[in-house]
Amino acid sequence: MMGYLSVSLQPRAVNVDLQTDATLQVDISDALSERDKVKFTVHTKSTLPNFKQSEFSVVRQHEEFIWLHDSFVENEDYAGYIIPPAPPRPDFDASREKLQKLGEGEGSMTKEEFTKMKQELEAEYLAIFKKTVAMHEVFLCRVAAHPVLRKDLNFHVFLEYNQDLSVRGKNKKEKLEDFFKNVVKSADGVLVAGVKDVDDFFEHEKTFLLEYHNRVKDASAKSDRMIRSHKSTHTTALLRILLHHYAYYCTTTAPLRILLFFLKVSELFEKTRKIEARVAADEDLKLADLLKYYLRESQAAKDLLYRRGRALVDYENANKALDKARAKNRDVLQAETSQQLCCHKFEKISESAKQELIDFKTRRVAAFRKNLVELAELELKHAKGNLQLLQSCLSVLKGDT
Amino acid sequence: REASVPQFGREQSGPASLPAEDVSTNSNGPKQDSLFDDDPEDLFAEATEEVSLDSPERDVLLSDGPSPAITPITPPTSVITPRIESLTVPVSLQIEEEEGGDSFDIHIAVSDPEKVGEFSGTFWHLRDKQDSSGTSLSVFKQGEFSVKRRFSDFLGLHSKLASKYLHVGYIVPPAPEKSIVGMTKVKVGKEDQSSNEFVEKRRSALERYLMRTVKHPVLLKDPDVLQFLESSELPRAVSTQALSSAGLLRMVNKAADAVNKMTIKMNESDAWFEEKQQQFENLDIQLRKLHASVESLVCHRKELSVNTALFAKSAAMLGNSEDHTALSRALSQLAEVEEKIDQLHQDQANADFYLFSELLGDYVRLITAVKGVFDHRMKTWQKWQDSQMLLQKKREAEAKLQFTNKPDKLQQAKDEIKELEGKVQQGERDFEQISKTIRKEVSRFEKERVKDFKSVIIKYLESLVQTQQQLIKYWEAFLPEAKAIS
Repeated sequence: MMGYLSVSLQPRAVNVDLQTDATLQVDISDALSERDKVKFTVHTKSTLPNFKQSEFSVVRQHEEFIWLHDSFVENEDYAGYIIPPAPPRPDFDASREKLQKLGEGEGSMTKEEFTKMKQELEAEYLAIFKKTVAMHEVFLCRVAAHPVLRKDLNFHVFLEYNQDLSVRGKNKKEKLEDFFKNVVKSADGVLVAGVKDVDDFFEHEKTFLLEYHNRVKDASAKSDRMIRSHKSTHTTALLRILLHHYAYYCTTTAPLRILLFFLKVSELFEKTRKIEARVAADEDLKLADLLKYYLRESQAAKDLLYRRGRALVDYENANKALDKARAKNRDVLQAETSQQLCCHKFEKISESAKQELIDFKTRRVAAFRKNLVELAELELKHAKGNLQLLQSCLSVLKGDT
Repeated sequence: REASVPQFGREQSGPASLPAEDVSTNSNGPKQDSLFDDDPEDLFAEATEEVSLDSPERDVLLSDGPSPAITPITPPTSVITPRIESLTVPVSLQIEEEEGGDSFDIHIAVSDPEKVGEFSGTFWHLRDKQDSSGTSLSVFKQGEFSVKRRFSDFLGLHSKLASKYLHVGYIVPPAPEKSIVGMTKVKVGKEDQSSNEFVEKRRSALERYLMRTVKHPVLLKDPDVLQFLESSELPRAVSTQALSSAGLLRMVNKAADAVNKMTIKMNESDAWFEEKQQQFENLDIQLRKLHASVESLVCHRKELSVNTALFAKSAAMLGNSEDHTALSRALSQLAEVEEKIDQLHQDQANADFYLFSELLGDYVRLITAVKGVFDHRMKTWQKWQDSQMLLQKKREAEAKLQFTNKPDKLQQAKDEIKELEGKVQQGERDFEQISKTIRKEVSRFEKERVKDFKSVIIKYLESLVQTQQQLIKYWEAFLPEAKAIS
């Protein structure tokens, strides 16, 4: 049913507060949804000398974004930065299923009902589509705004190379390897987290992030559930009551006045239902998406702390090894070099990590502020709209009787 | 947490008023003959001719012009003998009066059940009061009074009215349903939310039942109704207990009726009745479906309420762990807002339920009464047909007797025929009367139904307005907190 869908983009959905500057501006100018993949048109404007042109576009798929993200994570040089979280995989399965079910049930409902439902489901599909585009865009913008990551070679290739990057998704073996890596990592993470940090700042951040991440996870899940039930509390049941009454009265020759009454009320509920749907959509955008994003970002921040912790442990181990070597007077030089390396690595990470975490807080506060303000403003706007509809309808109805 | 149980249509009970004198001087036996003979004394005879659903005059009658001065109706004890021509004007006033009901109506409030120790039963307070404009119904002695009634009294009243009026075609409003489980909880004295809800549901149902009964122009004048509303003591209606022998007998009779109905094949000469019956069948089905979908709406709203409460708690926790002070405060405020919104959802769910669900339930039961009335008409027809057939047989027998030499038997046959002829005539009259009555009743029912639904819808819209106004208040309070995050 949904062959493909092309969308021209709305202003950037920003869950992060980013300073964009002229040296490098990235956005997703177009997107195409095909049967089982989405093609993003990544558009770049840059004054940097690295690029052949000052403005250019390429087409990328989700796997290529993941490849880019993973290359950052695996790069030792970036150990001291919060790696912008990868965008989630585009998931239209639920929406597609619903559209398919609708198609199958076409015979069992009236043409009007069918068209209405189809429109609703298509709007839902479109909303999911816009969201996935926005999330992919935010990832690129974060990279482009980062003073170090923006210079990454893979990033430039991603932006400029106009052929397919031939990045295939991970095969079974690699996925299994990943799984084990994660198991080891979390076990290690627990070990590392147990090590008390001398530095108060980091010790505080560790405690804070751990709790914050869990709470955001919970809030994100609960907000999703709340918004889902908001979507399903339509006034359609009541609409049906009214339409049935209205239809019944059409079969008896009731006075026009009565028909008009029910007609007006069912029109009213049509309109308020649309507003209710928009309320749920706005809550989704401003609240649920915000929480989801900061769930991923707080995880990335935790990952940074883990890497630093890991480096600290390595540094302390290297110190111990050096002491041992000195005591035995064996392989001292080797131990010294190793210790210096570890020390250097640890200090480098600590330095950038501190700034990253401070930036994270700034970004987070700004994003929450922006979204909460917008959420409140939208809720007010919709409530006032609803109120006005209801009041004007009521005054008409009461005046009639 | 206690959800507030809305009380719709409830008026504040004032101080206890003086008990009323027993008004009814009439016996409680069937008085219908004086009320609906189809001779000129019947006030409504003209009405059924004038007002059909399609008549253009009806629109004029239903227009919202100022209602003209209403002439008082004298109580049933006096006989009304105006001539037919002079009836036309008062009759249309009558209908006008029905349409603009408030101008004459009494208002009944059922409030505060109380337990009276000696009887180990619950008494409901009834308070009747009349509009200042209307002592037009001089059937009532006083302007305002209050009595106590038990639930079984209501059932007793309905039972009496049903036995008097149903079989002549009047749609008697059905009484609220018995609920053994619910009532037991209350009797036992269990004070929790579900029993409070049950009490409120029942109170509201009793009030609606009484209002429907007194809105009916014929039932209002019934001596049983008057006694119910006014006398301080009522003989205990024993035969209404759920599991009494009388109750069982009633059930058996109902079953027998159902069987009988299936075997009556009536030659319907009047298309109106056929059409109407079909319409009521359809309406019945629709209403039951709608009743079910309102319940599912209520379910969804309660789910939304639960999820909102969960999110509120989660947001509060998030606010606690946030280390930026202003953001932390804003998140806590958000949590509070969501909690209040949750309460709004609950209240809205209650409104959905009480307003629509109860109304639909009432109408499902009313339609059953309507269908019953149609059935009675069929039975009346059957009776008439039966007498006719019997008469035919007797006539044939008499013809045969003519040739025998049995003068006594012949005389007897002639006497029987005379009697049967009278019966046939009566049967025909009864059938025409019930048909007339039903037409009138159905038209009244349809008007009342529209009024009821309209008023419930308006109440519902008003509750929605309140919800939106509250929402606006909450978000307006939150906005500056969100903006204060720096």
